[in-house]
Amino acid sequence: MDLVLQLLFTGIGIGAVYALVALGFVLIFRATNVVNFAQGEFSMVAAYLMVVFAVDFGWPYWLSFLLALVGMAMLGIFFNLGVYYPLRHRSFLPVIIATIGASILMANSVLAIYGPQPQVLQGWFDTPGIQLGPVYLDSQYLLIIAVTVVLVIFNYWFFEHTLLGKKLQATSQDKEMASLLGISVSAMIMITFIYSAVLGGLAGILVAPVLFVSIQMGSTIALKAFAATIIGGFGDVAGAIIGGLSLGVIETFGAAYVSVPYKDGFAFLVLVAFLIFRPQGIFGERVAEKA
Amino acid sequence: MSAPSENLPENLTMPTIRTRPLLLRHLPYFIGAAVVVALAAGMQFDGYVLNVLMQATTFSIAVFGLSVVLGLCGQINLAQAAFFGFGAYAVGIGTTDWHLSYWLCLLIGCFAALLAGAFLGMSTLRLGGHYLAMVTISFQQIVTLVMINAIWLTRGPDGVSNIGRPELFRTSQGYLAFCVAMLAIVGYLVWHLPDTKLGRAMRAVRDNELAAGVNGIDVFRTKVYAFAICAGLGGLAGGLFAGGFAYVSPDQFSFAESIVFLTMSLLGGVASPIGSAIGTGLLILIPEWLRFLKSIPGLYLAIYGLFVILIIRFMPDGIWGFVAAAFERWRARIRTPAATKTLLLKPATVGGDIVLEVSGLSKHFGGLKAVDEVDIAVKRGGVHALIGPNGSGKTTTLNVLSGLYKATSGKILLDGTDITTMPPHLRTAAGLGRTFQNIRLFRSMTALENVEIGAERPGNTMIGKAGIGKAGIGKGGAAALTERAMEALTFVGLGARANELITSFSYGHQRLIEIARALAANPTLLLLDEPAAGLNSTEKLELHELLKRIAAQGLTILIIDHDMTLVSEAAQHITVLNFGRRIADGESMAVLRHPDVVSAYLGSE
Repeated sequence: MDLVLQLLFTGIGIGAVYALVALGFVLIFRATNVVNFAQGEFSMVAAYLMVVFAVDFGWPYWLSFLLALVGMAMLGIFFNLGVYYPLRHRSFLPVIIATIGASILMANSVLAIYGPQPQVLQGWFDTPGIQLGPVYLDSQYLLIIAVTVVLVIFNYWFFEHTLLGKKLQATSQDKEMASLLGISVSAMIMITFIYSAVLGGLAGILVAPVLFVSIQMGSTIALKAFAATIIGGFGDVAGAIIGGLSLGVIETFGAAYVSVPYKDGFAFLVLVAFLIFRPQGIFGERVAEKA
Repeated sequence: MSAPSENLPENLTMPTIRTRPLLLRHLPYFIGAAVVVALAAGMQFDGYVLNVLMQATTFSIAVFGLSVVLGLCGQINLAQAAFFGFGAYAVGIGTTDWHLSYWLCLLIGCFAALLAGAFLGMSTLRLGGHYLAMVTISFQQIVTLVMINAIWLTRGPDGVSNIGRPELFRTSQGYLAFCVAMLAIVGYLVWHLPDTKLGRAMRAVRDNELAAGVNGIDVFRTKVYAFAICAGLGGLAGGLFAGGFAYVSPDQFSFAESIVFLTMSLLGGVASPIGSAIGTGLLILIPEWLRFLKSIPGLYLAIYGLFVILIIRFMPDGIWGFVAAAFERWRARIRTPAATKTLLLKPATVGGDIVLEVSGLSKHFGGLKAVDEVDIAVKRGGVHALIGPNGSGKTTTLNVLSGLYKATSGKILLDGTDITTMPPHLRTAAGLGRTFQNIRLFRSMTALENVEIGAERPGNTMIGKAGIGKAGIGKGGAAALTERAMEALTFVGLGARANELITSFSYGHQRLIEIARALAANPTLLLLDEPAAGLNSTEKLELHELLKRIAAQGLTILIIDHDMTLVSEAAQHITVLNFGRRIADGESMAVLRHPDVVSAYLGSE
């Protein structure tokens, strides 16, 4: 029972990271109808930025953190201008191929600069964790969970209770109508890319002390996050979060009770099971194309 | 809508490309291939050149697979290296650990890849393309995990060495000649695929899935076939590769390698095997010339990633696409011989006096009753109109009739056959033809090719002597298909422009091509969804004439339109919907004077 509780805590912690990246996926998907396959690389790049600022340059952790997030916002702008925007009138296939190209470009540029050796990043707190009854609460996991909760609340408040959020929603629902109402659609899409690059970056920075900072972390996280969005119901914000959390838990238990080397394979199995038996996900509703 | 002008005598004598025997027409290809195979076998290469050629040959076959799935069918596959690995490991493990014959191993590898591809496809292809992209990436990762961790089977990261070759091609030179011969054969098949029934179906699916479905194509099965073929070719290529290099290890079949395949395919031009070969050749040779790039890990892949973005942005059709586009422009000027006969419509008459009997039909979207308990009986051989104000459920009814939506309840009988639960392509096979309010043609094809897809409807008795049976068209079928399609295009007045791409036609003409596509299939019932929408008054008159000519041949038409003049003149029978319910039904003049109809359109006092 103690082990179960411990695993549950770890699973939720790691699941929270997937949830954050999945949230970035969903926001871009809703704004542009395109899945951004480079979403995971946002996390990877942010983690490396942290290594550069905090480890290599030895700057204070909070400053490195802020700078890394600023860097991510800039990356979001470049990404939109270089990858998505020129292709916005094309069908989804060229766009996803371009985002895959961008993902390869980012991962391997970092590899060319930094080499294949995984890097180590310290956690935010000096205390490694606290013992609560039978469960050991790792401080970094606690931080991840706390940040995720805050972000989910912020996300809700932002989209439901601010004008900018409403404009973003309007854009994602009907671009033509939104532009007729005086909303600048391209600005809204730009904001979405910035926001989700920062979200992805945040997830990467938070998870970096738990995993190693490596080139592969981007694609691994992206894969899980995508599986999470399908499990939750594609395009659904709440679904992405629930999906991310459940995937983290499933994976942690799978690694503990079934097999460690195949840990990364569980996401795929769950994904295929959902695709076959419930493709609309937990919350999703099937939508038919209008003829 | 110009008058038919293709009946000029000089066009009748123009030779057609299609009637020459296929093998004769392609003879130069086979002679060329034989020469290349002989060269590969006879010339003395040093080991390095041999390796580069071997890699280029086997990779090309794998990239051919991508040209089928991505180029022809518009579906993405990011796991081609995994399928390649299936073939390579089957030959690797099979010939070493299990002491099996090379040929058997090659076959097993090919088949395993094919099955894996079919399974992946079946689990995902009903959903959108994003799912496929992610699922293939996941699959790729799993395969890599298994290759590294299942040491009992794959020998793990060390890989498999001393892989055997067939007795017949023991030398490297001989084996290369064998691989080149395989390349030539596979290349021929892939090159020819777009002109077959399956190939046309794939192109239709790529251009417009909905329209493909209602024109009798089983969209899902077509996609699964494309995906399985792609995977199978990957397996074949991998098997050949393993024999050639005698050593395989997991890193040769990683996600990065899948991306390399994708880049090769995109660079050369995704739509054609020639493009695949060009792309593969370039991306194997260029890194060989720029070997220094490989000294920094990641650098050459980073450049590939950049390539992918730039190609997609600036050269979406690849290198071969440029050349092919010029060729298309030239081809549009060639005229197909004009149809010698006028189009014959012989609608099937199996059932009784009523062609379409709809009873108690409902379609609910959540709480919204878009169509509610509607009955419609369409009499054979007339024009029946379905009208109603905006939002009255007309188009929903049509979509339920053609199978794009599932009926919530009720029953639909077409010529005595219950089609209520059939998917769109089976309804088409049962004799339903339709056009769309917003035109859905296959945009990358010519007018003729669009109409040929319609003509290819399973069960079309008007093709050749025997018609299209379960096994497809019989002998001489392709010529008969072209003839039928030409007749249909001529019938709507566009025979002279048959070889032009859809994009060069005006809106009104595209509408006519859509009608021709439905007519070529010789349907039992023709559904027209707002055919007059967006037409000017001259075009409307011509449409009216066309409808008269269609009805004169005994084909029953069910038309939905807002245009009251067209409806009242063309239709003998009218059904009126409002708020999803039938409010009037009967002979057209009586219905149009019905007080409920008047108030629905003009409001009541």
